Amino acid sequence: MKILIDAIRQLARYPSAIAGLIIIGTLIGMSFYAVITIPYSEAIKLWQGRDGVWNEIPRNAEPKWVNLFPGINLPETFILNSEDIVSKSLQPLGGGIKKIEKRMEFDFGYDCFPQEMSLFFDATYDERPPHVFLTWLTPDGREINLAERRADAPYRISLDRDLAREIGGLAPEVGLFADPFAEEIVPLQGRYGLQITGWLFEEDSSLDVRLVVFGQVHGIAGTDHMRRDLMVALLWGAPIALTFGFLAAVGVTASTFIIAAIGVWFGRWVDAVIRWITQVNIILPVLPILIIVGTFYSRSIWVMLGVIIALSIFSAGIFVYRAMFLQIKGMPYIEAAKAYGASNFRIIFQYMLPKLVPVLIPAFVMTIPAMVFLEASLAVLGLGDPLLPTWGKVLKDAWVNGALLMGHYYWVLLPSALLMMTGLGFAMVGYALDRIFNPRLRES
Amino acid sequence: MKKDGLLRVEDLCLHFRTNKGLVQAVDGVSFGLGRGLTLVVVGEAGCGKSSLARAILRLLPRNVHTYTGRIFLNGVDIMKLGEERFRREVRWSKLAFVPQAAINSLNPVVKVGNQVAEPLLVHRLAKTKSEAIARAREACELVGLPGDFLSRYAFELSGGMRQRAIIAMALAARPALVVLDEPTSALDVLTQANIMNLLKGIKQKFKTSFILITHDIATSSELADIAAIMYAGQVVELCNASQFYREPLHPYSQKLIASVPSLRQEKRPEFIPGQPPSLLNPPKGCRFTGRCLSRSNRCEKEPPLVEVKEGRRVKCWLYQ
Amino acid sequence: MLAVSVRRGVENKILFSAKDLCTWFELRRWGFFRVGSVKAVDGVSFELRRGETITIVGESGCGKSTLAKTILGLCLPARGELNFDGKRLNGLNTRQMRSHRSKIGYIQQDPYGALPPFMTVRRILEEPLRINKTGKKEEMKRRVREVLAEVKLTPVEDFIDKFPHMLSGGQQQRVVIARSIVMKPRLIVADEPISMLDASVRIEILELIRGLQHAHNLGVIYITHDLSTVRHFSEHIAVMYGAKFAEKAKVKDILDNPLHPYTRALLSAVPKLDPANVTTFKEVPPGEPPSLLKPPSGCRFHPRCYAIIKGLCDVESPLEFEAKKGHSVACWLYRK
Repeated sequence: MKILIDAIRQLARYPSAIAGLIIIGTLIGMSFYAVITIPYSEAIKLWQGRDGVWNEIPRNAEPKWVNLFPGINLPETFILNSEDIVSKSLQPLGGGIKKIEKRMEFDFGYDCFPQEMSLFFDATYDERPPHVFLTWLTPDGREINLAERRADAPYRISLDRDLAREIGGLAPEVGLFADPFAEEIVPLQGRYGLQITGWLFEEDSSLDVRLVVFGQVHGIAGTDHMRRDLMVALLWGAPIALTFGFLAAVGVTASTFIIAAIGVWFGRWVDAVIRWITQVNIILPVLPILIIVGTFYSRSIWVMLGVIIALSIFSAGIFVYRAMFLQIKGMPYIEAAKAYGASNFRIIFQYMLPKLVPVLIPAFVMTIPAMVFLEASLAVLGLGDPLLPTWGKVLKDAWVNGALLMGHYYWVLLPSALLMMTGLGFAMVGYALDRIFNPRLRES
Repeated sequence: MKKDGLLRVEDLCLHFRTNKGLVQAVDGVSFGLGRGLTLVVVGEAGCGKSSLARAILRLLPRNVHTYTGRIFLNGVDIMKLGEERFRREVRWSKLAFVPQAAINSLNPVVKVGNQVAEPLLVHRLAKTKSEAIARAREACELVGLPGDFLSRYAFELSGGMRQRAIIAMALAARPALVVLDEPTSALDVLTQANIMNLLKGIKQKFKTSFILITHDIATSSELADIAAIMYAGQVVELCNASQFYREPLHPYSQKLIASVPSLRQEKRPEFIPGQPPSLLNPPKGCRFTGRCLSRSNRCEKEPPLVEVKEGRRVKCWLYQ
Repeated sequence: MLAVSVRRGVENKILFSAKDLCTWFELRRWGFFRVGSVKAVDGVSFELRRGETITIVGESGCGKSTLAKTILGLCLPARGELNFDGKRLNGLNTRQMRSHRSKIGYIQQDPYGALPPFMTVRRILEEPLRINKTGKKEEMKRRVREVLAEVKLTPVEDFIDKFPHMLSGGQQQRVVIARSIVMKPRLIVADEPISMLDASVRIEILELIRGLQHAHNLGVIYITHDLSTVRHFSEHIAVMYGAKFAEKAKVKDILDNPLHPYTRALLSAVPKLDPANVTTFKEVPPGEPPSLLKPPSGCRFHPRCYAIIKGLCDVESPLEFEAKKGHSVACWLYRK
């Protein structure tokens, strides 16, 4: 414990270590934020995208902050609902039939067209759904008839081919906003309106509508091909990566360390067996084994964690620690302990291990990002956990969907940046710790 | 021959910066040394004697804070030379060094002969490799290392033989001055006697000067012409060796001589109670005050190192 | 005076004895095939009485440290008999061996290496007590302070919570000595206790060991390569060469009248403080100490000996001859 406090105090002398600690602190803060604001079950649900949770989110939207760059003015998503209704009338026509008229208006001031448009109906009826007639009102006074249809299913305006034909072959979300007099296809800025004329056929029937004009930008992190907000994965990736990295690093370094010490102390056949297992294990290819396990058994992150630890215990680290322990084994204080009657395990745990803890700590800190990267690599290879949102899985989706080809740089950039920051943060702290603990690197 | 004909060190200071503060390892040391003579620097562990050796050879660690003074070698102030010129013209060719515990520092994968020849090539003292090897062979013969040892590896040699190889390395370029830092302290008595015989022979034959740094006073008497007694980074007594051994003046020197055990004498050796002061914050005034039996109020002021009898300099108020 | 002699008379019993002790290390290739053995201790006998010191002197590689380890039970003897405090040590099981070890104090050469660098002085001194489960916590605490005071690391508070690297070499060695006596042993094995220390503290450490010996009537086995300190700190000397004892006698007998040619060479090589040394060369026997893997035939010193008797010394190993009462020498020159 004392050794840790000392180490932290000494870390303060290295600016790079402070930067590293800030990065690690930020990641830990992010993890807590993620776990508290989006509980685990919620995160899983969001990531699976069930129940249409992402219906009103644009597909492959860029992060909002791109609008901060000069010359970029991408539309945000906006949703018009009953609050945006400027005029409304209800007119009974007799026979239980009512005519309803609603007009919603909104300002459009972007240089780009929206991505998509959908109209969602919220109608109550027993048998016969209300019937609507939709008219699009442009700022320059044109009226375009959108469609006449039953209000029982959402109207995907962007997918309406008839409409497209009618407005000159442009995609509806473009044609409806385009300036008819401009030479190029540019949006006409101004106040747009949607006139809804509906007929309710039942006494208790009612009709509410929501117009969703999907923008080109969403949130801090943008969205993916399944309309999922990447922020969920980026946030939740942090606790998963850190937990995975930490557990794997603890499992690997501690067990390797202890086994090396035991082998060195008992020597003879114990050491021979450990060395033999290590030699065999070192030439075993880890990745194919993981792929086999992932393909045929389970892709759960915890199974992977177990397999990685099991395969890494007898790693080359055994030989590194062995060399150090051999040196310690011959030290006079060990001999003295033997002379005053210390038992084998007391010598290993109280005399040999503590001497090397200073070497272990930096190695441990540097193992964490290595394990985080390994997990991300597995995810990219399609061996990611089926449920959890992780950075690696975001990268994999980006890769599979050709994110960079399509210009969705943010999809790759953000998870990569987080992974790199993780590596950088732990590496900076690790190298500083190495300098503090490793007497050969210590400046006298 | 002039007493400081070969080397004159004036007011040499070497301070290190550590995270605990400034270590004044060498603090204003001055002495002179004539050709063919040996100076022994005697002192306890941590008195700065090894730092003195490194300061003379300009083998400095990275955390040097102060490195000042003048070192004249054959009349040239070598402190003023640039690093490159110093390396080319002085180090190893004129000033060689046998560091402490050097017998464990031989490269285990290079043959001994090549290791002895290496500095000759590095310092461009031999033009070709074969010339360097030939000179290395010569140096090895000089130190009594049989010719076939040249093609062996360090681990095949005993401690004494390794020490001979190290000395051969230092002597290969025939330097005028060799600094030896505890050359025998890790060796057995018989080997130690052998090495001392060897050094004595070289001194007589080639008029090589030595600076012998040691805490072992009895062994130092094998080689010493002049003795410098160091305490807490300073020289407290500088005199002819025989004067120091027979009749030391400084209270610290007296204590040192009294602590030397002897095989024959019935007199029990004494020890110096207390600890030498830390070089981090050495006490003001005389640094030996804390352990001195003849201290007085004067000792609160630092005494100068002055000549009290012909050729004897003592840094103590008792002799002013 | 009378009291002392009476006390001596009463307690003058043998504390430790070794008879024909041999410690061999087998060399195996691939941990299996025997390719030879290093006979590090080869037929060594001596006795030690309570309150006395025997110095075992020899060059590095003569087997003296292995002898120390055999006495401590850290190496198992291949042959020979060990008796400690009237008990035979051969054939003890692991547990008995452990308790035997804790009854012998051990002082090592390198004080810094001998102390676990990550433990405080307090913990270092408590370890033997904890391991051997002696007494309660309070008692342990008291004992730790007691031994620190005994080795004159006072005031105790200044040292008890320090780590070894915060102490000077001499203070570290005092902690090692404190640890060696914390279990109240009757025998102390000191393996080169001063050779790594600065010359100025060597005498202090030897005086301390001597003082403890007198205070507790301890037997001390003092192992060294340096004879210069022996006169005042030891009663007996055994000179070891090539895994065997060359000569064994009282200190004065050996220092004043060395018999074995090797002892003579050793004594003449001991550095003496004499300004005349500058001009004189020392007589040193030629050659190197023998390899213990393939020792020379006959007397192990014969290749370096000036008084070699051809046909005898190089053929047959000399027996131990008693030149004088209590002065035995393994050299054919003194055969009877």
